[in-house]
Amino acid sequence: MTSATLESPGAVAVPAPPASLLTVRSLRKRYRSGDKVLEVLRGVDFDLAPGEFVSVIGQSGSGKSTLLHLMGLLDGADAGSVHLAGRRIDDLPGRDRDRLRNTDIGMVFQAYHLLPELTALENVLAPLMVRHGLWAWCRERSEARRQATDLLKRFGLGERLHHKPRQLSGGEMQRVAIARALVGGPRLLLADEPTGNLDAESGGGILDVLAALNRSEGLSIVLVTHDASIARRADRIVRLVAGRVETA
Amino acid sequence: MYKLLLCWRYLRTRWIALASVISVTLGVATMIVVNAVMAGFSHEMQTRIHGILSDLVFESHSLSGFQDPAWHMEEIRRAAGDDVVGMTPTVAVPAMLNYQVRGQWITRQVMLIGIDEATHAGVSDFGRYLQHPANRGQLSFELREGGYDTVDSQAGGEEPTRPALEGAGWPHRRMRVERERLWREKLEADRATDPAGGDRASGGGEPVRSVDRQVDAVLAATDAAAREAAVEPPARPADPFRQARPAEQGTRMDPAKEQFTGAVPGIGLASFRDASGTDRFLVLPGDDVKVTFPTAGTPPKAISDTFTVVDFYESKMSEYDSNFVFVPIATLQKMRGMIDPQSGLASVNSIQIKLRSGADLDVVRDRLRKAFPADLYAVATWKDKQGPLLAAVDMEMAVLNILLFLIIAVAGFGILAIFFMIVVEKTRDIGILKSLGARAAGIAGIFLGYGLFLGLVGAGAGLALGLAIAANINRIRAGVEWCTGQRVFDPSIYYFFKIPTIIDPLTVGWIVAGAVGIAVASSVLPALRAARLQPVEALRHD
Repeated sequence: MTSATLESPGAVAVPAPPASLLTVRSLRKRYRSGDKVLEVLRGVDFDLAPGEFVSVIGQSGSGKSTLLHLMGLLDGADAGSVHLAGRRIDDLPGRDRDRLRNTDIGMVFQAYHLLPELTALENVLAPLMVRHGLWAWCRERSEARRQATDLLKRFGLGERLHHKPRQLSGGEMQRVAIARALVGGPRLLLADEPTGNLDAESGGGILDVLAALNRSEGLSIVLVTHDASIARRADRIVRLVAGRVETA
Repeated sequence: MYKLLLCWRYLRTRWIALASVISVTLGVATMIVVNAVMAGFSHEMQTRIHGILSDLVFESHSLSGFQDPAWHMEEIRRAAGDDVVGMTPTVAVPAMLNYQVRGQWITRQVMLIGIDEATHAGVSDFGRYLQHPANRGQLSFELREGGYDTVDSQAGGEEPTRPALEGAGWPHRRMRVERERLWREKLEADRATDPAGGDRASGGGEPVRSVDRQVDAVLAATDAAAREAAVEPPARPADPFRQARPAEQGTRMDPAKEQFTGAVPGIGLASFRDASGTDRFLVLPGDDVKVTFPTAGTPPKAISDTFTVVDFYESKMSEYDSNFVFVPIATLQKMRGMIDPQSGLASVNSIQIKLRSGADLDVVRDRLRKAFPADLYAVATWKDKQGPLLAAVDMEMAVLNILLFLIIAVAGFGILAIFFMIVVEKTRDIGILKSLGARAAGIAGIFLGYGLFLGLVGAGAGLALGLAIAANINRIRAGVEWCTGQRVFDPSIYYFFKIPTIIDPLTVGWIVAGAVGIAVASSVLPALRAARLQPVEALRHD
């Protein structure tokens, strides 16, 4: 369906094929620490079809989280391109990148990254609050609350709506984080080691949720993990080795 | 929306930030109280100054003054137009006031002011500052038959702080004359029986005290009779000229029934206030004083005359109350030789002018300056006359405000430091919000809004505290004095019985706006720092 290729030096960004939701070409990223330069991504090509569930696997330091951050527009690449539904998104102005993060891309992190001052429901509502201005929010508030409440109930958190993150277990926090990533109706879900802080049972539950979302709603998912057994839950595995992609 | 929600949550969960606004609160409250008290003092002082000085003062550079005040007043009315509603001529000369207390002569340097008793109160608040209620209605240089206020009419209150004024006026004068008569008779009797003893008596020592006791005993016996007599006014001579200057008529004046020309000295010249707030008088209405002043000729010669104190003037401005002595203008003009023997025209030093309410004093002053030669006449508003004093008070207020505003500025640095700490603490939250699509401006808005909230809370609390203190400052003063036993506000220094306060809404508005502005300005740098954070770096922050 889609293919991940080895680095092709000198490759030029090409328009994404119509079948591809996410297209990454020749992506490079390096970090500088004093005089030292660490090249984390050395020209990554990657494609994700609509409705596909792909795992990116690699050892620690292989660059998989960096790749996810670049795809999620949380960071800028040194070279290469990222296309979403045929539109190049990595060179967009900051304001457009912010809007894309809010509307098209949902992200889930290993450390959950919930806002500690807000309740579970408010955390899920946060992307919608960011999207709407004050007056628009006043109009949309009821519908947004209903939507967020339904999502949390669907993930078994109907009794936890008004609990703060510190009152939730790790698995519950991650389910809240997934609900938050989904509430804005994204086309793409990027999950960075979502089970990394969870026990096997809770982690399995989270993977079940992701798999169910992919199956039932056709949500495109990129899951980053270092665990091969978790990676196998995906349709396809992409192996990242020393900043380059190998097909599994 | 998320900005408001997070602001509110941060306010509720970060009490340390609220602690930082306590200094804003205290700064705002202090500024409001200080401005209210300073404005109160300033207003009180301006009222006093304006109370004695008319709106405009038209005066001669020369002590001899200018002739024909009636013509001058016509010219002034012509130049100033309808703005003039009242005018009165005055003569002011430096003089020496002398009076005797227990055989000791006390001399004070004063400004002797001749006023027209019929019109003077019409151009200023002069009448309000007198101690006899009838004089406050219409001044008379005739000594009154008692009835002087024993309570400070301007300060209010129930407790008499001037018990000595109870018997002032004709009763006091008759008592004094009687005492002097008895004293003389006793001395003469002692001399007749024992010439040596009489000498000792006049020289002081035990015999004097013995005579004193005898006089007191006789006075005690006559006291009741004297008080009874005081109810009925004494027979007055029909001839007013004789009344004014009885000694000149060649007849022997009876001081128990007649008075010299009336004089109204400032209360500070005749009394002092003790620590308990009671006024103690060295001279009372009914006593005679001697005044020495220069004639109008060239070179001036010093002349002296005796006046009878008929009231006291109390503007509560010690500069005036310890300096001014008011006498009838006609008498002063005559004594100084300011009446032209050929034309009969009198000279005056100055003309006090009252303008209609709302008239622009400076405009009228400038019109008069144009109409009269500047080398002969000076025209000044009451504010011009006290310019340095008023300017000093304004300067004092400005400096105090700057210093106090620095307190709020220091509070601003406190907010800045705490906000930086909060931004560091909330770095990961900022990363999360950015990963959810929050814009940099939105992130900055959280912290600017936070600063605005803190500023409003701090300034609002300071506003409430400041207004409460200003409204109850005299109760607070009384409470502090009761607790500490120390007098915080000494009326003998300020001549006010209450601390005056005036709340100026505009000033309060500026103070509150300034404090809120400082709080918001202090949050700008931390807000910018938060807005510039890279999402990935923020998410990685521990």
